[in-house]
Formats: sequence, structure tokens, C-alpha cells
Amino acid sequence: MNSFPILSLLTFIPLIGAGFIMSIRGEAEVVKRNARYVALWTSMAVFLLSLMLWINFDTTTSDFQFVEYVAWMPEFNIAYHMGVDGISMLFVLLAALLTPICIIASWESITERVKEYMISFLILETIMIGTFAALDMVVFYIFFEAVLIPMYLIIGVWGGPRRVYAAVKFFLYTLLGSVLMLLAILAMYSVAGTTDITTLLTYTFPAGMQTWLWLAFFASFAVKVPMWPVHTWLPDAHVEAPTGGSVILAGVLLKFGGYGFLRFSLPMFPVATADFTPLIYTLSIVAVIYTSLVALAQQDMKKLIAYSSVAHMGFVTIGTFTLTVQGVEGAIYQMLSHGVVSAALFLIVGIVYDRTHSREISTYGGLVHRMPAYALVFMVFMLASVGLPGTGGFVGEFLVLLGAFQANSWVAALAATGVILGAVYMLYLYRRVVFGELTKEHLLKITDLNRREVAMFAPLIVLVFWMGIYPVSFLEVMHVSVGNLIDHVMTAQAASGSLVVGQ
Amino acid sequence: MAEVPNLAPALPEIFIAVIAMALLMLGVFQNASDKEGEVRTAQLVTKLGIVSLVLALMLVATVSGGVMSSFGGMFISDPFAVYFKVLILIASTLTLVLSRDYLERLGIARFEYAVLVLFATLGMLMMVSANNLMSLYLGLEMQSLSLYVIASFHRDDSRSTEAGLKYFVLGAVASGMLLYGSSLVYGFSGTTDFDLLSVMFSGEHAIPDAPVGLIVGIVFILAGLSFKVSAVPFHMWTPDVYEGAPTPVTAFFSVGPKLAAFALLLRVMIGPFGGLVAQWQQIIILISVASMLLGAFAAINQKNIKRMMAYSSIGHVGYALIGLAVGTEAGVRGVLIYLAIYLFMNLGAFACILTMRRGDRMVENIDDLAGMSKTHPLVAAAMTIFMFSMAGIPPLAGFFGKLYIFLPAIDAGFYGLATIGVLSSVVGAFYYIRIIKVVYFDQPSDPLDRPVNRDIVAVLIGTSIIVLLFFLIPGPFIDAAGTAAASLFKG
Repeated sequence: MNSFPILSLLTFIPLIGAGFIMSIRGEAEVVKRNARYVALWTSMAVFLLSLMLWINFDTTTSDFQFVEYVAWMPEFNIAYHMGVDGISMLFVLLAALLTPICIIASWESITERVKEYMISFLILETIMIGTFAALDMVVFYIFFEAVLIPMYLIIGVWGGPRRVYAAVKFFLYTLLGSVLMLLAILAMYSVAGTTDITTLLTYTFPAGMQTWLWLAFFASFAVKVPMWPVHTWLPDAHVEAPTGGSVILAGVLLKFGGYGFLRFSLPMFPVATADFTPLIYTLSIVAVIYTSLVALAQQDMKKLIAYSSVAHMGFVTIGTFTLTVQGVEGAIYQMLSHGVVSAALFLIVGIVYDRTHSREISTYGGLVHRMPAYALVFMVFMLASVGLPGTGGFVGEFLVLLGAFQANSWVAALAATGVILGAVYMLYLYRRVVFGELTKEHLLKITDLNRREVAMFAPLIVLVFWMGIYPVSFLEVMHVSVGNLIDHVMTAQAASGSLVVGQ
Repeated sequence: MAEVPNLAPALPEIFIAVIAMALLMLGVFQNASDKEGEVRTAQLVTKLGIVSLVLALMLVATVSGGVMSSFGGMFISDPFAVYFKVLILIASTLTLVLSRDYLERLGIARFEYAVLVLFATLGMLMMVSANNLMSLYLGLEMQSLSLYVIASFHRDDSRSTEAGLKYFVLGAVASGMLLYGSSLVYGFSGTTDFDLLSVMFSGEHAIPDAPVGLIVGIVFILAGLSFKVSAVPFHMWTPDVYEGAPTPVTAFFSVGPKLAAFALLLRVMIGPFGGLVAQWQQIIILISVASMLLGAFAAINQKNIKRMMAYSSIGHVGYALIGLAVGTEAGVRGVLIYLAIYLFMNLGAFACILTMRRGDRMVENIDDLAGMSKTHPLVAAAMTIFMFSMAGIPPLAGFFGKLYIFLPAIDAGFYGLATIGVLSSVVGAFYYIRIIKVVYFDQPSDPLDRPVNRDIVAVLIGTSIIVLLFFLIPGPFIDAAGTAAASLFKG
């Protein structure tokens, strides 16, 4: 279709940058500076290239675009197959946007082993983009799981005091989920004879098998999303990870799970999806309500935002399984806006953490007096997280609730309480940190945002309002693909239903 | 006058035998009187040994292709044998390369070491090519006797001598079992030839019911071979011998003899007793599950890195056995690929362990690796690659090893076995990433010595590149393993 291998370039330019950083030699300070700049320019180049992807994207078709196909292991019928559709394209963009922001965020806060840090982030970018662009199950799995390597090192090397515990927990939880998915992939291969996603999307697996396959994929994606009750790795990982790591974790890695449900569970196992929808609803509603309450009780800012992520991702899973256009588009939209908003919130925590080295809410108060610009930025993203109309958060939550109402009004009612609880804990957090008298000794000399930090937030603020005010530019990308997905699932479910009736 | 057998298929073996004996003579007639002369002789013999192993590798490459048999059908050279011979020769060569510096430092550089490694290699090559229960036993003993000696090569060290003795006693028991099993098989079938046995149990002239005594014989053979590959429940010697033997010897133990014994296991089970799959399959499944679980759980608490590697190798044997348990051609191909990858990552990991040195003393505790990433960034990076690879994390080679093992298992409907396999690999991942944690996350206490020996660095770089970039060109590996597996099933 397109001879220009834009997806491969997007995927592997960061790797080239990483190789380049690896070869930097010389004086320690010079090496650090050069490593930062190489990482920044590389990721910026990738971001600009990803904009090309968006501009050239054809929104009128649900086919995969920018497809690349190279035989890799022909005797196993496994190929390096890349391509994006309306569901995955925006995630590629999200990953490409957040990486340079993370690198800017780590500009001054990372002083130890800068070279290795930048290499890890660029490798991470390769893996993230590869995961969203892969069109072969084995290639997808390789990217999906390879993310453990850089993330384990990022949390473990540059993390906080309990980093080892957090890193190991993150690693083992995720691995346990994904090995089961590997078996499911192999089982699909042994039945369908291919690991090509485009072929498997239209392949009909026997209903009994679908149940098992669905559960195996669920094990992997539920941990990644994360869904209650397998979310416990997330607060630990977030709290201990360096700011950049938290941003990527919340902004992109959690979306692997939601993306996985949309790409695999729904279209490939439609019958099992129908069977398990009540399970997903239950777990998601527990996540939305329970983790919101847990968030309310947190003393640690990062932990609070981590729990809020679990709650927001609960909306995503509800929306995904409503199987309505609004619900699914809302889920994708919620993932994108959560990617931007939670990333920004972690950056916001990172800024005061860099200055005072504390994440305890009780050590703050009255920041608005010393940091007005910071207070403003914080407010924007706090309200976006709450879902205030006019911000990206609103559109996602609204669409999900709309979809949920069509599917099951009880689910919608219960999920809507999560919106209220979200407002409670975010506003409460904001009041304790930003408002009040500035009495704490160590806060008297705290400085406001510098230019680097403003530059870091500016694109995110623009984006969060853009997503809130003119969502069409994003929704039009996914519309055709989502419609096609839902048609496919509905047809398959109807076919299996009539089969049962016919017997 | 008796007919002269066709020597061509056995050319590499004959070459190594002649060279090993010549090197023995050379070493003796160097007539070294003092310590320095001894070291010089050892260096010379080791170098010549390395060169001759490389030459043997070339010879193997030239005799490859097609199936040839000799010595009245007792010796066979087929793609399957060639595949294993290449791997074994690589293992022996790298072992000699890794040993040089180590032995000199410990003051045990004697030329007999290289000669013994050559003899052990010869035994392994014979095992791989054995097509008769008698030649199988001869090769096995040739290998084992040489290994007993090099296990206790550090003879002033009580741990090393203990390792040698333990290995000898338990190894003798295993050999005894194997021999007893062979005699039972001979007694109930009247032949020791693999081809004749094969005809007896499969095809149109197969006997309807295998006599019980023969099955007992097979079980004994299986037990003997399980000991050699250190599969549970015949693994008890492994941790002690691995810990006690000099580290390069441990590295050799963990790959060379395992490869050869695995080749035997595959050939015996698939070839002569291929018709009796139903009889031995359940045993292999049991051994495989037990090995995977023990390898995963027992390694968690180890403090000594060599002991940990011992349990890790037991676990890896368990994974490889899945392929045999499946019993299909794809399964055997999976085993072959797995073993090739295992060879490189294991030797690489041992090369990392060989860099753990303070003064002239080798240290072996996992905690001694603390902060290695600051003092030895290259070794630390290589160690990370090997550990992630052993844990089976993509895109490293270890993942593909597991992929090609689990694929046929799922294909043949062994869901339970595959599930136990992946779950124990998660448990196993815990201790592999613990090493990475020590290397990268912990603060250095007492740094290890620098610089690292050049030989070791070369081996490290070579193996880590293979492990890291396997995914780029998996084709040749898969093809070679595919041909080898196919030749086993044809025959």
C-alpha cells in the first residue's frame, strides 16, 4: 500500500538513538548532556514523524494502514507484520508524545547514570510503539512482554526507597499474566495455523475454546489495565518509579491492557466476551468505587493518583464491554485523555518532589502563595481528571456512561458514583496541597515553574482542552474502525446464538 | 582377514582420539621440572587442544550431510548427530578458552586438563553417534571417567575432591543402572542394535505386546540417562558437584555432558523404543514436571551462584524434556533449538561468574555481585542479558527456546504440561531477576577485581550477541534443528 515504512521507522528510530547514546564517550558531564540531547532530539523526531502518520491516515476505512510485511519465520508462518487502524493509531501518537515529555521531565531530576536512563527510555519507546503497531500475535507478544526489561530497570535503578520490592512485584505480576496469554496464542496458532492478526480477526474459534482463550488473555490484560483485584502492583510501582517512569507507566503501559481487550478479546472471542461481560462489569464497578474510596484515604500523592488511575481504567473496561459505539469510543477516548491527564498529574507531583523530596500530602499546604503558575496547571489537570466539561476527561467519561446506559442502566448508575467520588478525592487533594496558609518551614523558599517545566506542560494543556472542546478530530479517526469492530462482534454473537437455537 | 570398516563417518572422533593421545605424549615429554615449566606446558597443550577442537569442528562440517553408518552399524553419522557434535565441540572449545586464566590463577594449570577435556569430548561425540547399546555405553563411560577426574582437578581443595568423588560414586550407580537396563533389553529382545530394536517395536513386523522385562529395562536405561542430564529425581548430585568443581569445569558440566546425554535420550527413546511411546511417555512427563518445579523452587533460596545455576540447569532440562514428552518431530526440533540456545546463554552466564574474583580468590556468593554495574558495566550488561534470557523474556533467545518447546506441546494437546511449564518459568524468573537486582540495584560493598581477562570478555561478547540478536535471523538455527529432527524420525 505504502512503500514508505513509516511504522518501522517510528518503532526503530528510538533504538538507533539508543545505540548512538551507547557510543557516547568522554567526560562525565559532557556525556550526560549529550545523552540528554540525543534522547530528546530522537524522541522529538519520532513525534514529528508520528504526526505524519496522523496527517496521512485515512479515516474512511477500517482496514489496516501503513502495512508492512516481511517474512520472519516462514516455516512457522510467523511474519514481521505492522500496521495501524483507527483503534491503534492514536495510541502510537500518545506514546510518541509522552516520551519526549518524560525526557524533559527527567532533565534535572536524574543525575545518576543518565546515559543508561536515556537508553532505557528510548528502548521503551520502541517497545511501546511496536506493541500498538504489531499485526502478528508473536510480534505483538514480543513487544508486549519486552517492556518488562526496561521498566524493571527504570523502577529498580532510579526508583525510591522500596524500589526493589516494587520492581520485582511489577515484573512477576505482569509476567504471570502474560505467560498464560502466550499459551493462548500458541493454542490459537495450533488451531488456526497462523498468528497473523488480520486473519485471526475474522477467524471463528469454537465456542468452548473461546472461553479458555478469553480467560488466558484476560489474565494478561487484567493485570496490565489493571483491574481490581490484581491492581496491587500499580500503587507500589508508581510510588517507587522515578517521575518519567510513572508517566510512561500510567500514560502508555496501562493502555496495553485496554488496547488488548479491543484488539483481541472482543473481535476474536465474541461469544466468550458476551459470557464474561457481567464479570467485567462487576470487577470494573468494584474498581471504580472501591479504589476511589481507597484513593480518598491516601497520604501519599503518587499513591492517590495511582489509585485514581485504577478507577479511571475501570471506566475503560466498562466502556469496552458495552459493545456500543459510544461505549467503545468512550473507552478509547478515556484511555487517551487519561494518558495525557495522569501523565500530567505525575509530572505535577514530580515537580514538588524534586524541590522538597517529599510526596506526603501533609508536608504541603498553601503552595498557591509561592507557586501560582503551578497551582493553575495543577487545577487544570485536577479538573480534567474529575471530568469537568471542556476537558478531555469529560468526553471519555460521558461517552462511556452513555454507552453503559444503553447496555445496562445499573452499571451506568453505579459507575456514575465513581465520577462523584473522583471529584471528592481530587478536590480534597488539591485543597490540602495548594490552598491554605503557607506555614510549612521548607515551603517558604519553594520556587515556581521554570521555563523547562512550562514547556513540558504547554502541549499537554493544549491537548487536554482540544480533546475537551473539539473531540471530533480524535473521534473521526476511530469511528469507522470501532463501527466495524462492533458490527463484527455483534454478527458473530448473533451467528453463534442462532446456531444454539437451531440445534 | 577381516574387512576394514569404513572410517569416514568417524573421522572427527578418530582425529580427536589421535590428537588427545599425541598431546598426552607431548605433555609428558616436555619433562617440566618446575612450576613454571608446568604452566608453560599446560599453556601449550591447551592452545593446541583449542586448535584441534576447532579443526574437529571443521571435520564434522565436512562429513555432514546424509546418513552414514560404520563399524557394523554400531556407529552412525546423520544430521542429528552432526547437529549435536557441532554444539558439543563449541562447548568444549569455549570451556578450554575460559579455563586458561582460571587454572593458572589457582595454580592448578596442568596439561592433563586439556587432554581430559579432549577425551571427554571424544566420549560425547561417540555417545551422540552411538547406534547400539554397546557403543552407547562405551561412549558414556569414556566421557564420564574423564569428567570424574576433572571434577576433582583442584585436588588440594576439599570441595573439589568431594565433588569428584560424589560424581564418581553416583555416576557409577547410574552407569550400573544403564548397563543393567541394557542387559535386560538384550535378554528380552535378543539384540542391542537400535535399528533391529526399532523394527521390533514399530512397523508391520512389530511384536504385539512388549514383554514386561523389556519395559523394566527401558525404565532402567531411562533412569541412567536421567542421571546424566540431571533430571529430577536423579538430580541430587548436581548442586554439590556444580558447587565443588572448578568453575570452568562446572560450565562444561552444565552444557557438554548434558547435550550428549540428551542426544542419547532422544535417539534411544525416539529410535529403537519409538514404538513404545505409550510406555515411556508418562515417565518423561513426570520427570519433566518434577524437574521444572524443583528447578524453579529450589533455586530461590540459594546463596551460592553456582548452586543456583545447578538448580536453574535442572529446570531447563525439565523444559527441554517437554519436547521429548510430546514425542513428535516438532517436539524434538524444539528440544534441539532449546539446547542450542541453552548452550550459549549458560556458557555466557558462567563466563560472567568467572569474572567474580577478588585478589586470587574466586568468590561465588550472589551478594558478591552487588553493584557490579558500576565497576564492570560490560559484564553487568551481559549478565543481565543472560538472566533475562533464561527467564524467557522476549526478544532474547531464551524466549524463543521456550516458544519452540511450548508450540508443539500445545499442538499435541499437552495443555497441562505447558501450563505447568509457563507457571514454573514465572517462579524461575524470580531468581533470575534477583541476580539483576543485585547487579544493578544494590550498592557495591567490596568491588570485584578488574580488569577482566580478555578471553572471558571475548566469550562474553560472543555469547551475548548470539543471545541478544537471535531474533533477527532465527532461520538457520531452525532449519538445522529441523533437518536434524527429521533425520531422527526417518531412521
